[in-house]
Amino acid sequence: MSNEKKPVIVDDMAIKLKREVPNWVITLSSVVLVLLLWEYFGRNVNPIFGSHPVAIGIAFWKMVKSGLLLKALAQSLQAFIVGYGLSVIVGIPLGLLIGRSRVLEASIGVFVTAAYAMPLVALVPLLVLWFGLGFTVKAAVVFLMAVFPIVINTWLGVRGVPKTLIEVGKSLVAPPHVVMMRIVLPATLPYIMAGTKLAVGRAVVAMVIAEFFTAISGLGSIIINAANSFDTAAMFVPVIVIMILATGLNSFVGWIERRVAPWHTEMSGRSES
Amino acid sequence: MGQVSLKDVSKSFALRIENKTQIVHALKSVSFDVAESEIVVLIGPSGCGKTTALRILMGLETASRGKVTIDGREIKGCGYDRGLVFQHAELLPWLSAVKNVMFGLEMKGMRGPELKETAMRYLDLVGLKDAADRRPYQLSGGMKQRVGIARALAIDPEVLLMDEPFGALDAQTRENLQAELLDIQKRTGKSIVFVTHDLDEAVLLADRIVVMRSGYVQEIIDVPLRKLGLDMATARATPTFGQIRLKVWEALHNQPTSSHAH
Repeated sequence: MSNEKKPVIVDDMAIKLKREVPNWVITLSSVVLVLLLWEYFGRNVNPIFGSHPVAIGIAFWKMVKSGLLLKALAQSLQAFIVGYGLSVIVGIPLGLLIGRSRVLEASIGVFVTAAYAMPLVALVPLLVLWFGLGFTVKAAVVFLMAVFPIVINTWLGVRGVPKTLIEVGKSLVAPPHVVMMRIVLPATLPYIMAGTKLAVGRAVVAMVIAEFFTAISGLGSIIINAANSFDTAAMFVPVIVIMILATGLNSFVGWIERRVAPWHTEMSGRSES
Repeated sequence: MGQVSLKDVSKSFALRIENKTQIVHALKSVSFDVAESEIVVLIGPSGCGKTTALRILMGLETASRGKVTIDGREIKGCGYDRGLVFQHAELLPWLSAVKNVMFGLEMKGMRGPELKETAMRYLDLVGLKDAADRRPYQLSGGMKQRVGIARALAIDPEVLLMDEPFGALDAQTRENLQAELLDIQKRTGKSIVFVTHDLDEAVLLADRIVVMRSGYVQEIIDVPLRKLGLDMATARATPTFGQIRLKVWEALHNQPTSSHAH
C-alpha cells in the first residue's frame, strides 16, 4: 500500500513546482517589457528631450570602446568604496556606543539626528573649498551621506535589544565589553544590515552629487558634460550604469546579511532570493 | 553548600506616574532560608514581590535594606554560585542549543575541548542531546526551557534560581518538565528557589512554600510530599496534597494577619 501512495505524493510536489514561476523570470520579463515600451514611445521623441534604449546602447558601446566609461566608473567606485567603507567602520561602533550609553545618547544623539536631515547638497561647495576638487571631496561627501543612516539604525537596533537578553550576560557575570560584543552586537546585526543597505542608495546619490560639483572625473562628470552638450543618449549611459551598480551593491549587502545574520532571515521566514 | 538566607530584605523604589512620584515598597522585610538541596517555592499573585526577591537573590537588583547570604557569604552582584533560569528561556537566537550552553561556560572561563563536552553532558541531562545543533527557533517552548536549565546548571552553581520557568508552557509539557526537574534535582543535589503563581506546581515541587502577598511573607509552609518519593500522578492523589494545597490557598486568599499588616 505504501508503495502505491508514494508516487502520488511525488506527483503532487511536481505539479506544485511546475506551477511556480521563478522570481528571476518575472523580474526579467518585467524589465524587458519596460524596455520595449520605452523603445516604442522613445523613438518618437526629439533626441534632445529624451532617448530610447537602442540609442543609449549605441552611446554605451562608443563610451566603452573609447575607455571613457571604464575610467569614469573606476574613479567613481574608488571614492564610493573609501567613503562608504569609512562610514561602516565609523558608523557601527558609534551607533553601538550611543545606544548603550545614556550620556552619549543625550550628548551626541541630537547631532546625529540633525545631521541625518542635513541638506548636504548645500554644503558641497564648502567641502570643495576644504578638500579641493579631487578624490578626497568625493569620498567625504559619500561618507557624510552614508554614515548617519548607519549610526541611527545601529542605535535604534541597540535600543531594541531585549533587556532580558542583556541580563543573560549579566547573570553569567559577563563584563560590559563582552555583553557588547557577544550579545548586543549580534542582536543588533539585522538593524545594522538594514542601515548599511539604506546607506548604499544614499552613498550612490552622494557620489554623483559630488561629481556634479567637481565635474572633472567619474560618472557624474560624464552626465554633466553630456547634458551640457545636449547629448541625451550619452547622458543616460552613466545614469543607467549607476542604477545597475546600486542594484548590484544592494544584493551584495543582502548576501552579506544572509552570511552574518542567517538566523534572522530564517526566523522571518523569507526564502533566499 | 547551597544554603541561602534572606534576612529582613526590603526593596523600595520611586516610580513616576503622570508626573507624580510614588514610592513603591516592592519587598517589606522579607526573610526566609533555603537549606542545602532544598526546593523552596515562592508563590503569590503578580506584584507580590516574588520575582523581585529572586532578582535580588540573583544580584540583578540590589536590596534597599537587609542581608542576602549564600553559604554565609553576603552576595555582591551576580556570581557563578547562582544560576538563573529565565521565564522565557532567553536563549541567544544566533547560537545553537549546545553553543548557548557553552556560552555560560565560556563566561566562567572554561576553554578547550572540555567546553563542548561539558555542554553536551548537560544537554544530555535535560534530554536534548540530539537537538544540540538546532537553533532556538527550531526548538519548541519546552525544549527551549530545557536548554535554559542546562545553561544554568552547566556553570555548576550552588543554587538554581527559576523565575516562573514553566509558566508559558502547555499543561502536558509543564508536567513533564516538573517531573524532570525533580529528577535532575535528585541527581545533582542543587538547592532551588522556584518562583511560580501555580498552586499545584508549588505543592508538587516544594519542600517549603513561601507565600507572599503585597511585598511581605504571609506564611511559610512545609511540604512533606517530595520526601515520599512518589511519582507526580500518585502524589497528586494523596490526601497530603489536598491538605497542603488548601493551606496554601487559604494563605493566598485570607485577610492578612494583623502582625503583618502595615
